[in-house]
Formats: sequence, structure tokens, C-alpha cells
Amino acid sequence: MQVPLSWYLVVAAALFCIGLYGVLSRRNAIGILMGVELMLNAVNVNLIAFWRYVEAVRATMAGQVFAIIVITVAAAEAAVGLALIIAIYRNRHTVDVTEADQLKL
Amino acid sequence: MSMQHVVFIILSAIALIGALGVVLNRRLFRSALFLVLSFVGVAGFYILLEVELLAMIQLLVYVGAIAILIIFAIMLSRQAMVADDKVLNEQWILGGLAAVVLCATLVYVLVQVNWPVVEVTVPANSIQRLGESLVDPNGFVLPFEVASVLLLVALVGAVIIAREK
Repeated sequence: MQVPLSWYLVVAAALFCIGLYGVLSRRNAIGILMGVELMLNAVNVNLIAFWRYVEAVRATMAGQVFAIIVITVAAAEAAVGLALIIAIYRNRHTVDVTEADQLKL
Repeated sequence: MSMQHVVFIILSAIALIGALGVVLNRRLFRSALFLVLSFVGVAGFYILLEVELLAMIQLLVYVGAIAILIIFAIMLSRQAMVADDKVLNEQWILGGLAAVVLCATLVYVLVQVNWPVVEVTVPANSIQRLGESLVDPNGFVLPFEVASVLLLVALVGAVIIAREK
């Protein structure tokens, strides 16, 4: 007896919303980045669950390929994002996003 | 309740406790360790879904690379925020409300929808087929190549942005 698909979707939704809360509520830019990683993980769980339960019968690999592309993008995003945070820290000695507001009107 | 259900519940507990630890912990370093826990839980989901290669990639890329990168960044910017600083911005109540509402809506919709689920076993050569479809001109060779260019650009960009002037 397999686990129903909706269980995966519900857990992934919860994971996504926890990540969203982290993104919206953190001051620290690295904390925000960790929230984004959680959200990307939740999306990947969804992609793989749908591949397993809906797409696998058609013998195509789109779901898995999509998940791998998402992981690639997440890695690139983490590298560039953390480089930006390090650059901001070096110039302004803060990682608080509420203080990095030079572009604000 | 079969064994799979029990394993699923344990894995979701690991993933969700890890995720909650990430967003609720006041110490950023501990948040990063909880993030590793959450990543491991998600890797367990992949094994339960019988995509072992993805579980391996998850452990290598997320736990091995991204989590370490985040811990490095925390160490490098350590003096900027001490533990008893304010860690939440002023919109955290609104943010939490938005997250709870979104979660409730998603769960409501996801449980209602009747998904076209088919019971199949994953073919034994699925990893081989994945590799073939990644380099198949009729498959996913274009996204595959674009991903490699993206990684190169991100590498060069990260080095240039973080370089000492």
C-alpha cells in the first residue's frame, strides 16, 4: 500500500509556507536565503511526487529532469546570493536587509 | 497503516521540524544546522518515492554544497548580528499570517482535487533513461546545456561579486 499523493503535496505545501514565513520575517539576508532554499526543496518534492504518481506510467523523465534543473538553479542562486551578501557585508558591515535600502525612494 | 506510511510520517516530521527550526531559531548558525536536517528529510522522501539518484543529488548538492556555503557565509558575517539582536523585521506578523493563510488554502485545495494517480512500479532502468533523456536531442539536451552555462555564469559572477576590491 503506497502513501497517497496528497500526503506528499500537503507536506510540501507546509514546507513551502514555512520557508515563505522565513523569507518574509527574517532581517538577516542569510536567513532569507535559507527560507528560499526551503521553498525550492518543497517544489522539488512536489515535482518528484507528481512524476512518481502521474507521469511514471508514460515512461518519460520530464519531472525528474525538471527537479534536477531546479537543484542546479538553487545552487547557482545560493552562490550568487551569498556572494552578494558578502559584498554588502564588506561595504556596509551589515547583513540586515532592512538597512540595505539605498534603492528605496 | 503500512510500513511506508510510518516511514513517511517520520520523514515528514524530520523535514518539518527542521524547517520550523530554520525559521524560528534565533541563532543563525543553529538555523543552518536545522536546514541540513530538513534537507536530509527531503532526501528520505526521494528514497521513499524510489528516485534514489535524486536522493543522492540532494545529499551531495544541498547538504554537501549549499549548506556548507551558507555556514561559510554565516561565519564570514558573524560579527554583524549577535544572538540577542532583533532577528525579525516589523512585518513578521503579516508574513506569518500570509504563510498560514496560503498553507490552509493549499491544503484545502490539494485534499479536494482528485488527482489522476496510476499505480505503477518505477522501471529498473529509470536512471539510465534519465541520463539518456538528458542528452537526447528530442529530450532535454537544451535545458541541460543551458543549465551548464547558467552554472558557469553563476560561478564567474559569484567570484567577481565577492572579490576584494
